[in-house]
Amino acid sequence: MSTAPPIIELRHVSVAYGTVKVLDDVNLTVPEGAFLAIIGPNGAGKTTLVRTILGLVKPIEGEVLVFGKPPKELGPLRREIGYVPQMHTVDLKFPVRVRDVVMMGRYARLGLFRRPGKADHEAVERAMAKVDIQDLADRPLSDLSGGQRQRVFLARALATEPRLLILDEPTAGVDAQTSTSLYELLRSFQQEGMTVLMVSHDVGVVSQYVDGVACVNRRLVAHGRPEVVLTDDTLAEMYGCQAMFFHHGHVPHMVVRAGEEKK
Amino acid sequence: MMDFWQYAFMQRALIGGVIVGLLTAIIGVYVVLKGMSFIGAGVAHASFGGVALGFLLGIDPLWAAVAFCLAVAWGIGTVTRRGGIKEDTAVGIFFASTMAFGVLLIGLIQGYNIDLFSYLFGSILAITAEDLKMVLGVGFLVLLTVALLYKEFLFITFDPETARVSGLPEPALYYLLLALIALTVVVSIKVVGIVLVSALLVTPAASAYQLSRSFGKMMALSAFFGVLSVVVGLILSYYLNTASGATVVLTATAIFGLTLLWRRWREAV
Repeated sequence: MSTAPPIIELRHVSVAYGTVKVLDDVNLTVPEGAFLAIIGPNGAGKTTLVRTILGLVKPIEGEVLVFGKPPKELGPLRREIGYVPQMHTVDLKFPVRVRDVVMMGRYARLGLFRRPGKADHEAVERAMAKVDIQDLADRPLSDLSGGQRQRVFLARALATEPRLLILDEPTAGVDAQTSTSLYELLRSFQQEGMTVLMVSHDVGVVSQYVDGVACVNRRLVAHGRPEVVLTDDTLAEMYGCQAMFFHHGHVPHMVVRAGEEKK
Repeated sequence: MMDFWQYAFMQRALIGGVIVGLLTAIIGVYVVLKGMSFIGAGVAHASFGGVALGFLLGIDPLWAAVAFCLAVAWGIGTVTRRGGIKEDTAVGIFFASTMAFGVLLIGLIQGYNIDLFSYLFGSILAITAEDLKMVLGVGFLVLLTVALLYKEFLFITFDPETARVSGLPEPALYYLLLALIALTVVVSIKVVGIVLVSALLVTPAASAYQLSRSFGKMMALSAFFGVLSVVVGLILSYYLNTASGATVVLTATAIFGLTLLWRRWREAV
């Protein structure tokens, strides 16, 4: 295929919290311009995988390369990453206006001590326009719905003008229609040349939008195009534990149930 | 009416009090939003150990408290971040052990009559010109740091993980914030005392939180409530002949009660 260096490369990566291995010998390559979904059951290590790529977690074995460099040595390249964290990680009653949250995406670019200038305000306006939240600009975050808030965090990631966009469970706690429009938005970013990496447990819907799926359950169970990867065998391997837990016989049926539970 | 102003001690008390009210209210915004009230209380109580150490070594108790509180604040931060212990547990350990350390040291200083009560509960009317200089100097330093790093402190308070991912030196900023809390606590000891300083660190910011929909507004309101509490509290204590630190703290609490009522009333209509 193409000879361009991959945006993300994980080679034999293992991560442990204490003595518990949460990721075991994961190999993953994400080429530039991909739209990849990381799927797997709860506690499968999806978030850990993202945190490892971001350099927030140090692997005990293996090598992580983002833009061809270990996360710790990214330096200014860090600003090429737009990150949308899980929403429950922030205090949603924090007194802050939408515009100010989006501006945070410009802070690292600005550097310490410096105040936002005209270019930063313009970038914030553009980012808000892209996700269609300009009319919410002066509203406090606490006034917004889950879907609106998600767009604010997406706009903040876009304000950094990233090459790589990483989202951790962006559709947790929002309704199906909101999720769908978010996926469409992400696909439009991909079509503009952005690489998008998204953690999800929304197996069914996600596969219609992404061009790659990585199935994680401690190990990387499968990785490739959705129609190739999402077979009964893969799903059984990935959700196997839950299937046993629920004492259901028919595996594909089981996976559909697990998917519905999250909504 | 303004007869209290003719006394030099009252002037010093008001100037020192206004600066401390402003300082604790500004730093308090971060303390309240980051859920660090217990750290504030812990560092304040740790200053008792510092004051005692100062007496024992024969150095200025307040400067000894600065060094001691910095060490304790960073100790709490390090134990929490690296030791895998919950923040409130770490504070719980330091809180009592530094007090115990102070009590132990005081016991060792024989035949030395120390006015411990003024450190525990404040003695703003006994503030000296030398104390005032320290309050002014440290206050200027803390406020300047907050002004320069306003956007960085906002980001690490709101969403530390994304701040770190974006490339901000989040751990360094967190330790700097702990240092600002420690400095603020120590210079506030003279005004409200060790036992009561955490109230100034929390209450005005909590009042502002009730009424604010943006971060800038919360900062401004908190500063206003902080200064108001000190000024009104001092004037009240002068006329009512009550303990100044306690009157200031209870004034701040009364303001908090009013903001709470006001918000509930507004939400009801």
